[in-house]
Amino acid sequence: MRFSVTIFPGSNCDHDCEYVLRDVEKQQVEMIWHKETDLKKPDCVVIPGGFSYGDYLRTGAIARFSPVMKSVADFAAKGGLVIGICNGFQILCEAGLLPGALLRNKNLKFICQNVYLRVEETNTPFTNFCKPHQVLKIPIAHGEGNYFIDSDGLKKIQDNRQIMLRYCDANGKITPESNPNGSLENIAGVCNLNRNVFGLMPHPDRSGEDILGSHDGTFIWQSILSAKVGAR
Amino acid sequence: MAWHVSVYVTLKPSVMDPQGATVQRALNQMGYKAVTDVRVGKFTELEFEESLSEADVKKQADEICDKLLANPNIEAYRFTVEKK
Repeated sequence: MRFSVTIFPGSNCDHDCEYVLRDVEKQQVEMIWHKETDLKKPDCVVIPGGFSYGDYLRTGAIARFSPVMKSVADFAAKGGLVIGICNGFQILCEAGLLPGALLRNKNLKFICQNVYLRVEETNTPFTNFCKPHQVLKIPIAHGEGNYFIDSDGLKKIQDNRQIMLRYCDANGKITPESNPNGSLENIAGVCNLNRNVFGLMPHPDRSGEDILGSHDGTFIWQSILSAKVGAR
Repeated sequence: MAWHVSVYVTLKPSVMDPQGATVQRALNQMGYKAVTDVRVGKFTELEFEESLSEADVKKQADEICDKLLANPNIEAYRFTVEKK
């Protein structure tokens, strides 16, 4: 499968994404500088984590106007798979490709730790390799991961089953204590209405092998690899 | 002379502002017990060419706020326009 990983000034997980896809999952990877508009015919676009444009103004607010994002929006509109991780999730929300926004963490701290996530939806290209309510251990590393959406928007994403991952405890229980950043409804990841664009704060790119503490990120990558795609 | 636009962006009242809450707690601790709420926002100054009409400046400033300076999902904005 062909993956294209975008790079913005300030991205710093582009190499993690490249490594997990090329060296661990043995897939083809193209790296796309943000000023380019040719995505190089991918099956899936990966918007990596980092601090695009130094997080100036709001996280992802400037990056979403980079030339490459117009191509990503066109690709998504044709049904192409797009996954945004951490800053990538923030960029996709700013671009309006995903609902909601990411606010400053409730405790105002940058949080870097492993968290448990409950898979809420398995009938998607990004989670089909998971069992319903499977618990994944994947690290987070962010200062602005506090998911917010207004009450009308929340009802919409609930009704349309767009909430993909929620922070939980080791047994899969959704509790206030397992919510690291104050996210509404413990939301850690959402998809768009068409289920081909997915954003999440945790890093499957940093959890592809046991030596890194968990290989649970593999469930996300394996889901994408077994998804039927056709937007190239 | 140029058009001078002052833009104020704040989180909507429905959005929790942990930064504001922390500042409020600090102020209360410092003895300013009468402070009952704090909201932290952003202030941006824009300058426009004076050849534009005031209506055009307002129209462009509004677009700029909607598209970039504020995220309408979470933030509200207001601005003032003056010539100086």
